[in-house]
Amino acid sequence: MSELQSLYQEIILDHNKKPRNFKVMEFPDAKVEGYNPLCGDRYTIYVKMNGNVIDEITFQGSGCAISKASASVMSTMLKGKTREEAEAWFEKFHQLVRGELKIEDHLEEFGKLAAFGGVSEFPARVKCAILPWHTMKNAIEQKKEIVSTE
Amino acid sequence: MTELEFILSKEQRVKPFDVESVRKEFPILSARVHGKPLTYLDNAATTQKPQSVIDAVQRYYKEENSNVHRGVHYLSELATKKYEGARSKIKKYVNAASEKEIIFTRGATDSINLVAATFGRKNIHAGDEVLITGMEHHSNIVPWQMLCEENGAALRVVPISDSGEIILEEYVRLLSEKTKIVAISHVSNALGTINPIKKMIELAHSRMIPVLVDGAQGAPHLNIDVQELDCDFYAISSHKIYGPTGFGVLYGKENLLEAMPPYQGGGDMIRSVTFEKTIFNDLPYKFEAGTPHIDGAIGFGAAIEYLNQYDWKEIEMHEQLLLQHATAQISAIDGLTIIGTAKEKAGVVSFVLEDVHPHDIGTILDQEGVAIRTGHHCAQPVMDRYGIPATARASFALYNTNEDIDALVNGIKKVKEVFHV
Repeated sequence: MSELQSLYQEIILDHNKKPRNFKVMEFPDAKVEGYNPLCGDRYTIYVKMNGNVIDEITFQGSGCAISKASASVMSTMLKGKTREEAEAWFEKFHQLVRGELKIEDHLEEFGKLAAFGGVSEFPARVKCAILPWHTMKNAIEQKKEIVSTE
Repeated sequence: MTELEFILSKEQRVKPFDVESVRKEFPILSARVHGKPLTYLDNAATTQKPQSVIDAVQRYYKEENSNVHRGVHYLSELATKKYEGARSKIKKYVNAASEKEIIFTRGATDSINLVAATFGRKNIHAGDEVLITGMEHHSNIVPWQMLCEENGAALRVVPISDSGEIILEEYVRLLSEKTKIVAISHVSNALGTINPIKKMIELAHSRMIPVLVDGAQGAPHLNIDVQELDCDFYAISSHKIYGPTGFGVLYGKENLLEAMPPYQGGGDMIRSVTFEKTIFNDLPYKFEAGTPHIDGAIGFGAAIEYLNQYDWKEIEMHEQLLLQHATAQISAIDGLTIIGTAKEKAGVVSFVLEDVHPHDIGTILDQEGVAIRTGHHCAQPVMDRYGIPATARASFALYNTNEDIDALVNGIKKVKEVFHV
């Protein structure tokens, strides 16, 4: 697989074209905006909590394929996770896109997220992949300031 | 000089423009990127440097390094001669009336800030207006906004049309007795539009309003004659015209510069200092505090000498042909829209591709060895005007070829392949 193909894997292209949970939430417990001023990626993440568990997570906004697919895949996998689990995934996802772990050894654990392993070969794009995750983290921690990963 | 002598000297000076030999003078152009030959189309961000500029900077540090305007020793005199020699070359290049009108700065941004901080603070007050246009780079918006915030003046903006041209009737309507300065870009960095600045200057002058031209993108593509334009200020960045980064020029009319207070205080800009009073230096030094970017000036002087080898008409023609070729090739791509379709354009093509974000275009082109800029190009109001977050932008310089454009077009086809669009 070429580096380009490993960056733009089918899962990423699919989630970019048909993002899941791509809608405004009516009464969220938290709503946080993430914005990268240099590339113009801008997303709002909405979270509804049931106690310590993420009951629902949706997003809206625009940006590149990597950031949009990242937000979409994240939203599908965090539903039903506890705050602590979501935070643990936040750390793991960072390790993945920074090339700090060998994805071949973690394919099963990472599932669809494994598709973001190719991002580590493109340092300029790491910030695109992690923007939705930082925004989500602020949302579940109820921090309201605008997030940026520039 | 008789006319015949002039023609002969010109013929000696001018060497025919041949892009293949030009390319050989820019060492970086033979580089490979991701295993592919480099196709450099990000010239509006910065241009590459010819060997003669690289040599001039290196020679300065190897053989001439010393502080200027200070020492009585050999090296200091040599460095001063080279440094001031650059001023003389720049003066001739832009056809200023005097070297006093050539202020050395850190770049076009610094030049505009200088005018806002000195001319602006002195002459623009509560109730006054600064008039800019809807296609300005942030560097010709923010300094004025800061000034207006400080002084209670208002920033007014001339709207632009769908094709990316200034709406002249609106410009005329917005010029009023409140307008204290007009600040306009010569060429838009995001759209490529060449503005009718001569006419706009005439219109402003008919109401006694001075005009600053942001020439960051104008000077790289056009032959500049400040006296013919009759502009009051003209801002230039060296690195966009084949010179070093961190160096630039503010041209200003002598009478305006004389009346302006200094910019920054420090060494070089003074004639005498006591704790009670400082007497400022004469032009242009009044605006040049501290040890300057000496190698920047010398390098930029070398860049101008490099350009002086050629006839500007030939460079402009070459870039116009590139622009025509690129516009035809790129606009033929399905799903692609060019942003900025003014009648008068410099070598800049901004575009968006249906369903593919410019950032993704940039990454895929980079893998093909093609360097372009993606993003808002420090012109967020322009992006807002077209309702888009960003564009992909290819911008040309004198060393680009039709093959570069073919590489760009093939790269865009690759983008479509990867994204199945």
